[in-house]
Amino acid sequence: MNIQRLPGIRPRQSIWRRLDMAARRSFPASTTALVLLATAAPLGLPGQPELQAASALCCVFFWSLFRPASMPPVAVFLLGLLCDLLGYAPPGVGVLTLLLAHGVALRWRRNLVRLGFLPVWLCFVAVAAGAATLQWALTSLLVFRLFPPGEAMFQAALGAGLYPILAVLLTRAHQTLAEPEHA
Amino acid sequence: MIRLSIPVRQALAKLTLPVLIAAAFGLMLLGKADALLAERARMALADALAPLYGVIAEPLANTRTAIDNMRRMLTIFEDNARLRDENERLRRWQSVALALDAENVTLKANLSWVPDPTPSYVTARVVADAGGVYARAVLLSAGPNHSIVKGQIALDDRGLVGRVTELGSRSARVLLLTDMNSRIPVILEGSRAHAMLSGTNGTRPRLMFWPEGVQPVEGERVVTSAEANAFPAGLPVGVVHYTANNVAEVEPLARLDRLEVVRLFDYGLRGVLPPETAIAKSPPDKKK
Repeated sequence: MNIQRLPGIRPRQSIWRRLDMAARRSFPASTTALVLLATAAPLGLPGQPELQAASALCCVFFWSLFRPASMPPVAVFLLGLLCDLLGYAPPGVGVLTLLLAHGVALRWRRNLVRLGFLPVWLCFVAVAAGAATLQWALTSLLVFRLFPPGEAMFQAALGAGLYPILAVLLTRAHQTLAEPEHA
Repeated sequence: MIRLSIPVRQALAKLTLPVLIAAAFGLMLLGKADALLAERARMALADALAPLYGVIAEPLANTRTAIDNMRRMLTIFEDNARLRDENERLRRWQSVALALDAENVTLKANLSWVPDPTPSYVTARVVADAGGVYARAVLLSAGPNHSIVKGQIALDDRGLVGRVTELGSRSARVLLLTDMNSRIPVILEGSRAHAMLSGTNGTRPRLMFWPEGVQPVEGERVVTSAEANAFPAGLPVGVVHYTANNVAEVEPLARLDRLEVVRLFDYGLRGVLPPETAIAKSPPDKKK
């Protein structure tokens, strides 16, 4: 959907406007990467590694659902890789989890976007539980050691609790900062 | 950009996700086949981030100290009374220690005791948590020409912290003794029995494999053992603590939840390679 092809009056395509639009288009992926870097910083918060995994999942799920054009699979792949490297997980675990969450969001997109916040959130809770279980199982398999499931449960619960807070912020960003048509 | 017809472009767009999912599996296999590659990529990223985190670590630590200080102001009177009591007790212990030290010196002189060489050490700042969800480790920031090597032993001001497992050019990763992969040969100080300290990813590692007929006593001190040539003997590790389920655990002396600075000692011990590097194939000429 190229808005430039639609009839109507719009500002001239200057280089600044194009830069502005590019910045708005890349807003979801770049802010998710920034969130990952910020949650890896020495903030001294309890449960910070789980927070990192949960916030990455929240951001990827939200943008895949509401603006998939700005969260392409390649970006999800790179974010997953960053997540794995920062989180010292076996490489590929975070990549696979985020890609699957992205795929689920795309598949359910048509039905979910029309519904209100609550069904989306419930859906995300299921995704977060699945993602934490998958990460736990894959990490256990790759490291060849059975990890206690407490951390995975904590990660899923944290994701479920974090989503409403992040969704408020991201929805606002979605309508203002990240909207290419506002450029 | 190559111009493609719309159906081709749509087909390609549909294919991207499955191809990338397959690539994720490939990445897992690659990480498993060549552990060194993943380690190098990780440490390259850590090297890039360590100076950045080092810069923000200081103001963050200051903020935390300020908050702590405010909290301590509330209990300042009780703290003072407690400290005065403790000081009294420690004074008694000091005289005992001085007497024992003097006795030790005379005994050693009589026995022509060969003293242990004093190990060299470097001090490094802890800049970030490097454990992730399923590991317990910290990232150290080191100067560009640091002399840190794998297998060096990290201690804070109170006790054993862990071992250096991964090295970058500006950073190093220390696997904590609470990590799931950490196994440390220890001695129970009271009974001189050998045991193994095994990390569980929890706050207290578990005590295992003590000989029959010996029972670790609650509150007993645990120190490292020189067995397997991985650690020097006698480094303080922690005290024995029993859980409600009667499982013997060790409460580490080191403050692992708030590490700020650690000392890295080089005892020149290369008996057992640190846990993670054991998987990676290191060239045999690296072993000393």
